[in-house]
Amino acid sequence: MVALLRYAAVILVIGVLWKIASVALGNMILPDPLDAMGAFLSAMGTAGFWKHFAASAWRVVAAMALAWGIAFPLGLLMGSVRRLDAMLAPFVFLTYPIPKIVLLPVFLLILGLGDSSKIAMISLILGYQILVTTRDGVRAIHPKYFDSVRSLGGSRWNLVTEVLVPAALPHGFTSLRLGTGVAVAVLFFVESFATTSGLGYIIMDAWGAMDYIRMFTGILGMSLLGAVLYEAANLLEKRLCRWMFLRKKS
Amino acid sequence: MLRAEALEKRFGAEAVLNNVSFSLGEEETIAVVGPSGCGKTTLLYMLCGLSAPSAGQVLLDGKPVNGPRSDISIILQDYGLLPWKTVLDNVALGLKVQGVGRRKRLQRAEAVLDELGIAAKAGDYPGTLSGGQQQRVAIARAFVTRPRLMLLDEPFSSLDAMTREKMQGIMLNVWSRRRVPSVLVTHSLEEAVTLGRKILVLGGSPATPVACFDNPGFGDPDLKTTDAGFAMLRDIRKTLEERW
Ligand SMILES: Nc1ncnc2c1ncn2[C@@H]1O[C@H](COP(=O)(O)OP(=O)(O)O)[C@@H](O)[C@H]1O
Ligand SMILES: [Mg+2]
Repeated sequence: MVALLRYAAVILVIGVLWKIASVALGNMILPDPLDAMGAFLSAMGTAGFWKHFAASAWRVVAAMALAWGIAFPLGLLMGSVRRLDAMLAPFVFLTYPIPKIVLLPVFLLILGLGDSSKIAMISLILGYQILVTTRDGVRAIHPKYFDSVRSLGGSRWNLVTEVLVPAALPHGFTSLRLGTGVAVAVLFFVESFATTSGLGYIIMDAWGAMDYIRMFTGILGMSLLGAVLYEAANLLEKRLCRWMFLRKKS
Repeated sequence: MLRAEALEKRFGAEAVLNNVSFSLGEEETIAVVGPSGCGKTTLLYMLCGLSAPSAGQVLLDGKPVNGPRSDISIILQDYGLLPWKTVLDNVALGLKVQGVGRRKRLQRAEAVLDELGIAAKAGDYPGTLSGGQQQRVAIARAFVTRPRLMLLDEPFSSLDAMTREKMQGIMLNVWSRRRVPSVLVTHSLEEAVTLGRKILVLGGSPATPVACFDNPGFGDPDLKTTDAGFAMLRDIRKTLEERW
């Protein structure tokens, strides 16, 4: 409820700034916020909009799931198995600063123009962040927690399930939540050519046709998608790592 | 029932403990005193098998302790509670790793929490508890497995004076009912005199036992205000001053 009010307040402020900018620039370039909003709302009543929205949502959600499914376990392994880390860390950290997005043409050549190359691109970029954050998070786990479980006679498997995974989860979820912004940005990029579906396609198509009202329908749709993903990741984190968000009642 | 034989611990070139021997009988407690950094935690880690001695051995009921085991409980220096588990799940963890079924282990955990007067916090996370409450949870966690031997690493040192006295009382209460042989490490001489049937003084560098006092009056919270208690404290202080 509070979150909704906060969103409403932010939308209001942005709307006012937008209005000022559209008056200043002339509403050929920047349409009136009420017009754009009206067009967006009426588009939300059409199946066509939701088809594009669903195409985009599928790509980004599949990519996030794929990135999480590979990068989180790999981060756990790298953070806890020294020998593996010594082998893999140089690869990860030397390639970390390379902008992965430049590999998109390679992905398109290998995986084709369909969804798989788009999903792979997004999950590669997101996966790097999850991998590095999780690995560093695991290395920062205080040894006393492992001692605590070992002292009870706990097995290696107990250490994994009672310490490693629960201690690393918040790091993994935080990087997932912060990664939603990057994921949607990459989504826009991979949807801006070689496809005829998705919100990124709407934006670029309308831009080419100088239909700025429709362009903003795409832009607002992307914003909605980003906000929903962020909140979903946030909720998941709060749910599964509840202990992180409690304060001492004094 | 417990014997430490010529225990020695080195970390690389640095020798921390040298030639530590003592024994502990049934229904006995031993308090190990020594200044911070002298190797008290290291000693307890060897006694429970969390760390292997560089030389010497630990015998429990005549058999060597070679690794952590569920019949030796240790209360770690800062309690060792897992912040991502509720109080109840923390207490039940020792039973969980033993393979005790969920219902049974939660029941037993609840019973011990109840005994320590902290059952109301069963569903809370450790991070929301006060130091004294966390301490009680840690005691519950250590007793729930009905250990053969109990090790306590400065259990009350991070509590304020009033809470500490209260916790010592609670500890004595639980102990008098179960009489689990216990090794208590502390840098507080008064605590040693209150809780230790024997008092082992570590001194020197590397640290080694310099004296072992017999303290038949232990277990009485008011001992430290009696003549016998005063005399005991004075003797220990004198030994420490001579050796440090
Ligand atoms: N794992 C370790 N590696 C290296 N040195 C250690 C390790 N554990 C303890 N020490 C050293 O051993 C000494 C004794 O430590 P400790 O047993 O924690 O003392 P105490 O519990 O009496 O305060 C300290 O000098 C500490 O630096
Ligand atoms: Mg210590």
